[in-house]
Amino acid sequence: MSAPAGYTPYHPRWYRRRVSVWWWLESRSYAGFVLRELTSIFVAFFALVLLWQVRSLAQGPEAYSRFLARLQTPLFLALNGVALLFLLFHSVTWFNLAPTAMVVRLRGKRVPDLVIAGANYAAWVVLSAAVAAILLRG
Amino acid sequence: MARPITPFLWLLFSAGGTVAALLFPVHLFLTGLAFPLGWLPAPGHERLHALVEHPVARLYLFVLISLPLFHWAHRFRYTLYDGLQLKHLTALIAVLCYGAAFIGSALAAYTLWSIS
Amino acid sequence: MPPTVSLAVARYRPEEESEPSVQTYEVPFRKDWVVLDALNYIKDKLDGSLSFRWSCRMGVCGSCGMTVNGQPRLTCASFLSAEPPGPIRVEPLRYFPVVRDLVVDITDFLTKLKKVKPWIVRQEEKPLAEGEYLQTPDQLDAYKQFSMCINCLLCYSACPIYGLEPTFIGPAAIALAQRYNQDSRDEGSAQRLEILSHHDGMWQCTFVGECTKACPKHVDPAGAIQQYKLTSATHWFKTLLPWGGR
Repeated sequence: MSAPAGYTPYHPRWYRRRVSVWWWLESRSYAGFVLRELTSIFVAFFALVLLWQVRSLAQGPEAYSRFLARLQTPLFLALNGVALLFLLFHSVTWFNLAPTAMVVRLRGKRVPDLVIAGANYAAWVVLSAAVAAILLRG
Repeated sequence: MARPITPFLWLLFSAGGTVAALLFPVHLFLTGLAFPLGWLPAPGHERLHALVEHPVARLYLFVLISLPLFHWAHRFRYTLYDGLQLKHLTALIAVLCYGAAFIGSALAAYTLWSIS
Repeated sequence: MPPTVSLAVARYRPEEESEPSVQTYEVPFRKDWVVLDALNYIKDKLDGSLSFRWSCRMGVCGSCGMTVNGQPRLTCASFLSAEPPGPIRVEPLRYFPVVRDLVVDITDFLTKLKKVKPWIVRQEEKPLAEGEYLQTPDQLDAYKQFSMCINCLLCYSACPIYGLEPTFIGPAAIALAQRYNQDSRDEGSAQRLEILSHHDGMWQCTFVGECTKACPKHVDPAGAIQQYKLTSATHWFKTLLPWGGR
């Protein structure tokens, strides 16, 4: 813990326990939270892969073939596999938490959480299908 | 008091998180696993190049790359700050994270703009 | 021999020791007893020196918050029979300075609560002659959940951010700010937004969500905070536009 909070009066005999740097291992909930936050690393990883793909695309067919070959190496297949797991974890936690942040009121009544989350999942399916259709078409 | 920028950074974080949540899994599955492993037929360079020539496709790809980078920047900055208790480095961490996201976005913008 | 259960209770006597210690007591195991009953048994029959706070013993005053087997709980709502077998650990509320035994100092929270102006703020008071403020059930619904807060501070004890960053204003204070922001009679949103937009206001929160899990009155402070972030961000966006009001 850093310097004592400005608002708590300094009292020499009050006991203040220092928060350990391993605080996030103290409970399953905390560990789950940190795992969720770490998904952002894999989000950045794939954003960079996309950037790499776009740059290879721009540089011509040979560069693009080299990009595709690189993605077939065991290293990248493993990285992408792990990344997919973390990204799925990100998506699920994101959509499940969306109703807490997005409160929609229809005719004065709050729309149930399940409907908001459901709408998010539905959008996920529809958009994924659209992207797949565009990329797989002939 | 100068107008705080945190609400804006949080909006970027939220937008980036939503883009990543909705679109990254399918893109990663196809580009990172299904196509390299031959589970599904991969589009060739010609077809993809033709797709990217559309201004809408270029805008889509820009958003797809830059917003998730800012999502990472905001989230990772707080993870370092809270998780590793690196209070004294808070300004440096912020500059490095948002700076990296900005550079990535700028590179994406430049590449997408100049595709012939 | 009637069944008993052991309580491993944290003790801290500042005049004798510089660090807390643990003392174990055997108390009768009654199916209808809560941890508070066990603590009162200890104080009455075993060790009168044990210090702890309690009042209503029915979950409305918010006085008896402590850490039971590692979780922030109201001791008047934690049944002995609901805990796993073995000694039950009772410690003071985490992340607050310990004054003595199980008593913590909550001045920090009280200062922060005052900062968010937890009262109806009006530009002009409505004169008595004009009668009461009228509110529809839907308008009440907009803030009722947040008004259930009993200031028990279990949410602060559950929040790792509060533990790491003692200047963080904290879940209950922000939820109570929202309780007034969402109240149709209130006109103080702008003032509260000003205060909570500071670095140790709502933006410290990283939506861990533990506060909502710990809350015994289902206030959902995490929800209040995320909704507030959205309102704050939309407001910020509007001030960018040339016609956006400030």
